[in-house]
Amino acid sequence: MMDVKLVVDLNRCQGYAQCVFLAPHVFTLHGEESLLYDAGPDDGERERVSQAAAACPVQAITTDIRPQSHEQ
Amino acid sequence: MSSDMRVVIVGASLAGLRAADELRRLGFDGPLTIVGDEPYEPYDRPPLSKAVLLGIMPPEHATLPARTDLDAKWRLGVPATALDLEDNRVVLGDGDSVPFDKVLLTTGVRARPWPKPEESDLDGVFTVRTLDDSRRLDERLSAGPGHVLVIGAGFTGSEIASVCRERGLSVTVTERGPAPLVGALGGVVAAVAADMQRDHGVDLRCGITVARLEGDGQGRLRRAHLSDGTALDVDVAVVAQGSIRNTEWLAGSGLAAGPRGVACDAGCRAFDLNGLVTDNVFVAGDIARQPHPLYDYQLIALEHWGNAIGQAEVAAHNMIHEGLHRRPHLDIPAFWSSQFEVNIKSVGIPTYSDQVVVSQGSVEERRFVAAYGFRGRLTAAVAFNHGRWLDFYRGLIESAAAFPPDFAVMDRTDPWEVRSSELPDPAILSHGPTVSVTGHLPTERHVEFVSAPK
Amino acid sequence: MSRAQLLERITDQSNRANPYPLYEELRETPAALQDNGSYLVGRYYDVAALLHDPRISSDLHNRRAGMPGADRADNGGPAFIRLDPPEHDRLRRLTTRQFGPPHMPGRVDSMRGELADLVSTLVDNLEGKDRIDLVDDFAYPFPVSVICRLLGVPREEEPRFHVWADALVASIEPTRDSDSDAKMKAAQQAQMEMGMFMAGLIEERRKNPGDDMLSGLAADHHDGGLDTLELVTNSIMLFIAGHETTVNLITNGMLTLLRNPDELDRLKRHPELMPLAVEELLRFEPPVHLVPQRTPIVDVEVGGVTVPKGSPIVLALASANRDPERFTAPDRFVPDRADNQHLGLGSGIHSCFGAPLARLEGQMALNELIRRLPNPRLVEDPPPYRPNPVLRGPRHLMVDCG
Repeated sequence: MMDVKLVVDLNRCQGYAQCVFLAPHVFTLHGEESLLYDAGPDDGERERVSQAAAACPVQAITTDIRPQSHEQ
Repeated sequence: MSSDMRVVIVGASLAGLRAADELRRLGFDGPLTIVGDEPYEPYDRPPLSKAVLLGIMPPEHATLPARTDLDAKWRLGVPATALDLEDNRVVLGDGDSVPFDKVLLTTGVRARPWPKPEESDLDGVFTVRTLDDSRRLDERLSAGPGHVLVIGAGFTGSEIASVCRERGLSVTVTERGPAPLVGALGGVVAAVAADMQRDHGVDLRCGITVARLEGDGQGRLRRAHLSDGTALDVDVAVVAQGSIRNTEWLAGSGLAAGPRGVACDAGCRAFDLNGLVTDNVFVAGDIARQPHPLYDYQLIALEHWGNAIGQAEVAAHNMIHEGLHRRPHLDIPAFWSSQFEVNIKSVGIPTYSDQVVVSQGSVEERRFVAAYGFRGRLTAAVAFNHGRWLDFYRGLIESAAAFPPDFAVMDRTDPWEVRSSELPDPAILSHGPTVSVTGHLPTERHVEFVSAPK
Repeated sequence: MSRAQLLERITDQSNRANPYPLYEELRETPAALQDNGSYLVGRYYDVAALLHDPRISSDLHNRRAGMPGADRADNGGPAFIRLDPPEHDRLRRLTTRQFGPPHMPGRVDSMRGELADLVSTLVDNLEGKDRIDLVDDFAYPFPVSVICRLLGVPREEEPRFHVWADALVASIEPTRDSDSDAKMKAAQQAQMEMGMFMAGLIEERRKNPGDDMLSGLAADHHDGGLDTLELVTNSIMLFIAGHETTVNLITNGMLTLLRNPDELDRLKRHPELMPLAVEELLRFEPPVHLVPQRTPIVDVEVGGVTVPKGSPIVLALASANRDPERFTAPDRFVPDRADNQHLGLGSGIHSCFGAPLARLEGQMALNELIRRLPNPRLVEDPPPYRPNPVLRGPRHLMVDCG
């Protein structure tokens, strides 16, 4: 499997840190509010990254994980 | 939409990728070519001076995700050398050329190198702009240099100084201006940045320049000679003196392109030399000089991540829409920096100001918001570890609210002390400005005319 | 009926099952002045802006005398949910040190296994039953066990806490009725009793620390630490918040899924969609409908309406979440909705403290329930609701299985 690719729009980010709670090996708070992250975590983090992206209160996380398309 | 229209994007970084992504997201299904001078897929640059150097991610992880399947033809590792608007083609460095119906220019900026080649060639002298730059610097910092010199205390220089301290390295920062970040944030807030550096053990020397870098005779950097006559033994020097816009390749194209960028309208359509708007040439990202209504319609070039995204999306939209269906790019400028464990965020343009007031929080605790005003109007706000409040200030900026603010807020510094924002003349800074306003900055006393390309 | 009675009608128990038409009415105006002096705000962009507005206080001391809630300013002690910066920031920061990043980034993630075990055991107990009450049999005991474990409250003490929690929650109301004074007295009594119990527990944790939050909070002297009153008040607040909201999230979630069997079926086949579905539930049927205790410290303008300093502002989160100006087809439940920047957990400095835990609990609970309950069917729709209009959710949710 391919590594996950992600990017966070840190202009949008307000430091709610939901991503850090849910995927602490990918995202990290540096100080109280600065978000740093590994933009290419390995496939084992895929589920946690999906959860983090879904949970972001300001929808700042973009990944290359494609959601399940609508079914017929 | 089924289309035969050929789109070429020149510049394979954030703006170029997001424009391609947006074109596909909007349903454009015609042929799409992306040209980039680096051999890599588009990658994100902010981590190169932070997470990568802190070991949180390897540089190759910086590759940017796309939200769609781009189905693009990639021409990577080859620069564009000319734009031919007679034949509508992009000429490449390998002699090839790519025809287009519409073209988007997103060639961005490069790091301003140390001006003396025999010194910049010394082993141990670095700039940080590309993935390779960051990888090399990371390797060198990991080797445990004795002393690091950072030349220029703009955002990149300050972030690298922060990384060095966090890695336990001893570091000197020289800045020709009176304080770090002063060119972006003004003297009042920059003084806080200076305190942060010193508190974290940075040897910060303001009002100082580096006169000469000296080698050891074997081609390795050994010593830096400063403008005050002193010398420092250093193994690593990071040159962080701002950037140069990659517009040289557009000379002769007939576009209004020069060292300050490529002028365009609010819809990202490039102007030609006569000030006429083109209909098939678009610009986005660091090289775009765009009028902004909040700033008297001055043509502004912003080296901001969010600006690249915003313009890329508008450019993509306008490439495939006509007339009244086109959109302007009117986002309020915004940027962030992470240094010394403090999150610095900005909305508006702090340099477009004459006064500043700390409106919330505590400067001593480095948790505060500073609001900036220009001639009685609120024009920007900067937060140190107080980012959740900035949406409020964005609203004030958008609605041209009065400055100083005429209302009470929670957690205010009482009474509000309105001070000069202390913007230096950009000409005196070591680091180039990341916001370049054509016409007049409030403190700028001259306009530099550049001769037009023939 | 006039807009000035909207809050009263929203609060009216007979509208509890479906307050959404009232919210639609509310959104016709940016801020609706109520007969009791409150301003009710329900448009998305207005609510979002007010949640980020430094002129809007959460401290009831800023209410004008005679306004609803003004007499309650001193109730409950210094819980950070009822304080403004800088005090709020200090207390929340110290509390966060025992819960999440930057100090303990892995705490919630490390509870995943424990949460999965709890969920699975609770669903084991439902097996073979023809009829279950989703609230009493599952949605209540699950988050309660989690919050007891996290805080370090012995699970066997939970029944006593349950009574106190009920009394405290009952007093959170945006309007007054004939029982208000009695509810207030009961809440004060509960706060006192619970406080004394909590203080004893904290003393005990000081002597014999465990790996729970109370032990951590009691031992942490960073930045001066929390004093005993702060510690007691805030741990009670966390206990209540951890108690009452997730119950609603899970119950509202199951109710919504049972009302949308096609979506239930899709989620059953694609459990990886559940994180998005929980966000949609937080938008569509949020556990907290109203934020009743905001007050402007200066006159503020909301969409052209001036709200005078000291007036109560009630923010209708559940209304904002259904605003067609922000969300396409807002009254449809779309589990994989894109661009879902809902306000179901608030926003700004007071955004839900326990949000990451609530999210995980909701995801795990709903995935396990729909995976394992055989052919679940609603017994009655709408189900009976709890009286509280702020923390809104069914009192029971009877489900037939098999």
